[in-house]
Amino acid sequence: MKIKSLAKILLTLLLVFNFSSAWAANTIKWSMQGDSLTLDPHAQNEGPTTMVSRQVYEALVTRGLDMSIGPQLATKWKAVNPTTWYFFLREDVKFSDGTPMTSEDVVFSILRAKQPTSDFKEYISSISSVKAIDKYTVQIKTKEPNPILLNQLSNIFVMSKAWATKNFSIVPQNWNASQETFASTNAMGTGPFKITLREPNTKTVFKKNGKWWGNVEHNLTSIELLPIANAATRVAALLSGEIDIVTDAPVQDLGRIGSSGGHKVESTPQMRTIFLGMDQGADQLRSGNTGDNPFKKKEVRQALYQAIDIEAIKKKVMRGLSEPAGIITFPGVTGYTKALDKRLPYDPEAAKKLLADAGYPNGFDVELRCPNDRYVNDEAICTAVVGMFGKIGVNVSLNSQTKSKHFKELKNKKGDFYMLGWGVPTLDSHYVFHYLYDTGASWNRVNFTNARVDELIKVMEGEVDLDKRNAAIAEAWKIVKDDISYLPLHHQVISWASAKSVNVPIRPNNEPLFRFSSKN
Amino acid sequence: MVMLVVAFVSFSLFTFVGDPVHNMVGEETSDVEREEIRETLGLNDPIPVQFMRFVGNASKGNFGISYQLRRPVSELITERLPATLELVFVSALIALITGTLLGVYTGINRKSFLSDLILAISLLGVSLPTFVIGILFIYLFAVILGVLPSFGRGEVIELGFWTTGLLTISGLKAIILPSVTLSLFQMTYIIRLVRAEMMEILQMDYIKFARARGINERTIHYKHALKNGLIPVITIAGINIGTLVAFSIITETVFQWPGMGFLFIQAVKFVDIPIMSAYLVFIAFVFVMINFIVDILYYFIDPRIRVKSGAANG
Repeated sequence: MKIKSLAKILLTLLLVFNFSSAWAANTIKWSMQGDSLTLDPHAQNEGPTTMVSRQVYEALVTRGLDMSIGPQLATKWKAVNPTTWYFFLREDVKFSDGTPMTSEDVVFSILRAKQPTSDFKEYISSISSVKAIDKYTVQIKTKEPNPILLNQLSNIFVMSKAWATKNFSIVPQNWNASQETFASTNAMGTGPFKITLREPNTKTVFKKNGKWWGNVEHNLTSIELLPIANAATRVAALLSGEIDIVTDAPVQDLGRIGSSGGHKVESTPQMRTIFLGMDQGADQLRSGNTGDNPFKKKEVRQALYQAIDIEAIKKKVMRGLSEPAGIITFPGVTGYTKALDKRLPYDPEAAKKLLADAGYPNGFDVELRCPNDRYVNDEAICTAVVGMFGKIGVNVSLNSQTKSKHFKELKNKKGDFYMLGWGVPTLDSHYVFHYLYDTGASWNRVNFTNARVDELIKVMEGEVDLDKRNAAIAEAWKIVKDDISYLPLHHQVISWASAKSVNVPIRPNNEPLFRFSSKN
Repeated sequence: MVMLVVAFVSFSLFTFVGDPVHNMVGEETSDVEREEIRETLGLNDPIPVQFMRFVGNASKGNFGISYQLRRPVSELITERLPATLELVFVSALIALITGTLLGVYTGINRKSFLSDLILAISLLGVSLPTFVIGILFIYLFAVILGVLPSFGRGEVIELGFWTTGLLTISGLKAIILPSVTLSLFQMTYIIRLVRAEMMEILQMDYIKFARARGINERTIHYKHALKNGLIPVITIAGINIGTLVAFSIITETVFQWPGMGFLFIQAVKFVDIPIMSAYLVFIAFVFVMINFIVDILYYFIDPRIRVKSGAANG
């Protein structure tokens, strides 16, 4: 009896052991700090969630390795008038369960992304109707001409209507529901990989989808996503060979990883700009001592700007991994130019003079609010600038706190002076103006207001003539840059660290595309 | 009662942890829409109302849906319970066995160099924070020696609702570092306790009589002295199991151990109120249960209590 049960255990052990070694064939083990929050492609518009969905789900159009928009499930498209678009679908696409993908699935998915429980409903709020013209043609109408529709559609994933209906997942999970939707923990897409095992926050296994329509450019049999929250543990796992690639390697460990012999580090500017905002709307600073609001004067804003030694921050705080910024947008975004991105020179003497000219020869008091767990070295950057402002006589006290509190208080209009980072998922300047500069916009906490800029934003939203639109963007950038409404700091740089045998092309949006990856 | 108080205190604290809605929606979401979500989730209600709703639902076994993971909280907790309990069980075992053995050794050989060394190292174990010890272990055993995994739970086997990592080689390898890390603090505690007990008992008359009767030292140490010394050790260790469950938060984060403590840390970062409240109530429940069990154990272990209550009844 005893021997029998012992034999059973040994047999199980043997099976498990064999199983795991059989999986080792060309598997990339991928790690990052967090996991996808849900496999439901419309429930969360959030970094790691989209990264995972992108390997399994596809959209009408998509961004390639160079970040340009290209065809994916749609082979071509045309706008018959400024608000009506036709998309012509590939006819050879199958979901990973073998059922063919048709216009019905596309219509279903876009409507699903517009449901109240979807996190994309705001993102594609310009779409007024979507319908299937025939089996492989979809018509999309927008409320107003929408020059960035393709950008937006590249993030709306297509799922199987039949599968979602069968599994009670017609709408994304509701926070108030008592039952869980099947699509949160399972996936049915048309992409190059399919998910075969899902243990949230522990392990997600992707296997090559043999039924994928595309040209296979990778040599992988599977991918394993093994999130590790603690940065030191993540680096240790990479160095010990338990992990092949880390897509959010901590800045302070890059040197050691690169010099370990078996590993390499790649860096590229990320699509996020860090800056400081100054409330110019309040009549009196909440945390000030002068009884008025110095930020209302452009000289003061310029003085603060020129007091920041951005190269020192780059060298000491960011260890070389940042790109000093002149505007709140980055290379690759429509409207970005090198000339705009040039900073005013660092000049503390000029800054002191500007302050004196503005009527604050002895400076003033103000509180700077910063998150301490949101951006790369956010708190350290704030500590550094506080010292730099001190040198020109502006006495800044620092209040750094966790992101949930920082953003809550920012939204509740607390504080005068704050740090914020802004990414541009649509890769179009409009996204920046719409949220940061439009009068009364939801993130316009500096209370910037300029009638001409508001007009130009309307042009960006409705103008389909690209030349006219680009001229509007350029003019708007010039106005806000000259006004120094914000103090831009730098564009973040991302770094991926991997074993030398693994090749995953790095991308500025921090999203790996494993269909272009290989392992030797 | 204790659990109600814990639930109420934690609810009052949740107002200070930040705004979950900011984490729940994309930055495009308008302020009006944020307000709507806050309203549907009941976050605008006064604390007592939110608290009563929580108690009402919890008594029906419904802890709500996680804001972040959008899955039922009760399911998330049952999924992660086995990992935490296995970790706590193994480390309690390590702490108890190693702690007792080393305690006896240092208690008997008070003057030896090895005893001093053990005590010195154990002092280090208490003074270094858990995450530093964990990371030191990872660098030594995973990166430099490459013998043990640095994170995770290895292969697990499902036994009904329970998943276990104790039946596979990779699972056993994976539990070594986190459980040793977690046990160090308790172990030190037990070493010192056993040592003190042994030193005290070895001075007692009945030990002297035993020696006089010519019983060999080994039997005296382990059969007569240790047996009596263990009573307080077991009670203390029992109570401390609750502490182990709570301490496991840090160990689980360092080793990416898929247990409840790790779930809780992530929930705090996200302001995932349903998970935080359910976890805190659960921990309160564990402490209440352990205290209850220890009280009952007292009755069985210590004959004096039995005699007293027997006398009172009779």
